[in-house]
Amino acid sequence: MNEQLAFTIEVFLNGLMAGVLYALVALGFVLIYKASGIFNYAQGVMALFAAMTLVGIQNGQVPFAHLINAIFGTDVHKFGWHVHSFAAILLTVIVMIALAWMVQQFVFKHLVGQEPIILFMATIGLAYFLEGVADLMWGSELKALNVCASEGNCLPQGMNVWLEGTTYEALGYGFFIDNLDIVASIVAAVLVAGLVIFAQYTKQGRAMRAVADDHQAALSVGVSLNFIWVLVWSLAGFVALVAGIMWGAKSGVQFSLSLIALKALPVLMLGGFTSIPGAIIGGLIIGVGEKLFEFLIGAPFLGGATENWFAYMLALVFLVFRPQGLFGEKIIERV
Amino acid sequence: MLDQTDSYQTADGRTIGPVVMEMKNITLRFGGVEAIKDISFDIREGEIRAIIGPNGAGKSSMLNVISGFYVPQEGEVWYKGSRRPAMKPFQVARQGIARTFQNIALFEGMTVLDNVMTGRLTHMETGLFAQSLWKGKAEAEEIANREVAEKIIDFLEIQAIRKTPVARLPYGLKKRVELARALAAEPTILLLDEPMAGMNVEEKEDMSRFILDVNDEFGTTIALIEHDMGVVMDLSDRVVVMDYGKKIGDGTPDEVRNNQEVIDAYLGVAHD
Repeated sequence: MNEQLAFTIEVFLNGLMAGVLYALVALGFVLIYKASGIFNYAQGVMALFAAMTLVGIQNGQVPFAHLINAIFGTDVHKFGWHVHSFAAILLTVIVMIALAWMVQQFVFKHLVGQEPIILFMATIGLAYFLEGVADLMWGSELKALNVCASEGNCLPQGMNVWLEGTTYEALGYGFFIDNLDIVASIVAAVLVAGLVIFAQYTKQGRAMRAVADDHQAALSVGVSLNFIWVLVWSLAGFVALVAGIMWGAKSGVQFSLSLIALKALPVLMLGGFTSIPGAIIGGLIIGVGEKLFEFLIGAPFLGGATENWFAYMLALVFLVFRPQGLFGEKIIERV
Repeated sequence: MLDQTDSYQTADGRTIGPVVMEMKNITLRFGGVEAIKDISFDIREGEIRAIIGPNGAGKSSMLNVISGFYVPQEGEVWYKGSRRPAMKPFQVARQGIARTFQNIALFEGMTVLDNVMTGRLTHMETGLFAQSLWKGKAEAEEIANREVAEKIIDFLEIQAIRKTPVARLPYGLKKRVELARALAAEPTILLLDEPMAGMNVEEKEDMSRFILDVNDEFGTTIALIEHDMGVVMDLSDRVVVMDYGKKIGDGTPDEVRNNQEVIDAYLGVAHD
């Protein structure tokens, strides 16, 4: 097999994997935007918050330790126990649901019917508030996230070795893909399938779609908007947790994690703000696009580092020709 | 004079039951404007009750009070013999009051069947967890609800468009789908906000027939708003007439037709 071609394919595959992670973040945006028309700037911070909470619970950190010590003059930092990953994830999910409820109860409940720009501003405030809370709760140092810290390495190992070996035998070139990326792809696929089944076939899913489509009509068939919005923020919180775990495991849990929200923007422009499949496809296109562009054009001709801006350029060009995105709802104005 | 709990037979042999909903001295204001001024009337089980009046009379406001979209500043709403506290629209819907909208509020992105199925939401009891697992009870419930939905789709003769996204349908059919969704809730009271608005003669006749059939077949109590006098008089058992937020007439179509105030409101009257 041609070496250059094989290498290009490998870059392509790695791009797909990166795209999955972008798609995960974009998915959180889509869920909330579809159901409530809120562009949730805080989605990235929610991923950060979820990841920090997970690590904190795992390590038996005392939440708000700094605050408690400052007020009571104590010196507590850790409970001294270690929570099993599975239990920690479950607890984090509960925290995210509580957060969803509070966000709806204390912020957006009071902003029903406001202009989109007001709602957007509220999410910016929420983002920085949440970042502060995360800092205060768990401390600001870089933390390693290992979902399997206490149970040894529980990611199925050897998948990459197997893949490399098999492709080498079959094609004469062994493709290397990171283990974590493979797991992330599988998790993302399961998550998306789960969400689609939930939305399509359950009572709450049907109510969720109803709210996304028309508030008045939803009320008239007995759907509580408030309940659905808490549900949607909870789902977005759950998606944020998954994204936080994947990104955190890749590059550590630190405050720059919240910036992945910005990476989701071009994905949304491509895929449309209202489409779950759009978020996935958009993520994959951006992931593959920026890796291939860097490999084929960026590095040889433009001096590299094109990954920083390529996604935004692509989105900009896309916006000019198809403002509603690939799968977004086309806006038809009746005259 | 009929008592609250009395029943009576109509000329065409239907039984009209006791009072199911009573509005007592309802007043609704928007800022300084009084949209509804001290109006009282009742709705009896099994009847077709119309609220008519010229444009801007406050008919839609009244319907919105009944369905919980507006909360009146004064007055009481009595439902099934007890006073209804201030409620959100979705809570009113869960109590068995379904409605349609003047400007059609359907889920445009969903198919006709899906839209009708949303009407069944108030009848689904299985919790989030069981639903998510999609097993046993949830499955049985879905099938049972689906049967009701299909029955109504057949009844309203929209089988052919079951799987069509609502956004693609013409206006007249959308109106019918909205009626189907409201009907799917098997409501105690069905509220229709100008069901014939914007329709041609043929469509109006169809809609009238469906309204009568629904009342006849399911015994559904129907309260409807209309400003086309002719249609209403043929359909309804009793009529409330509103003008400038006030009630100016209440009674059978014949009584209302001969009411001088009503005639004045509709035909205009010379002030000298």
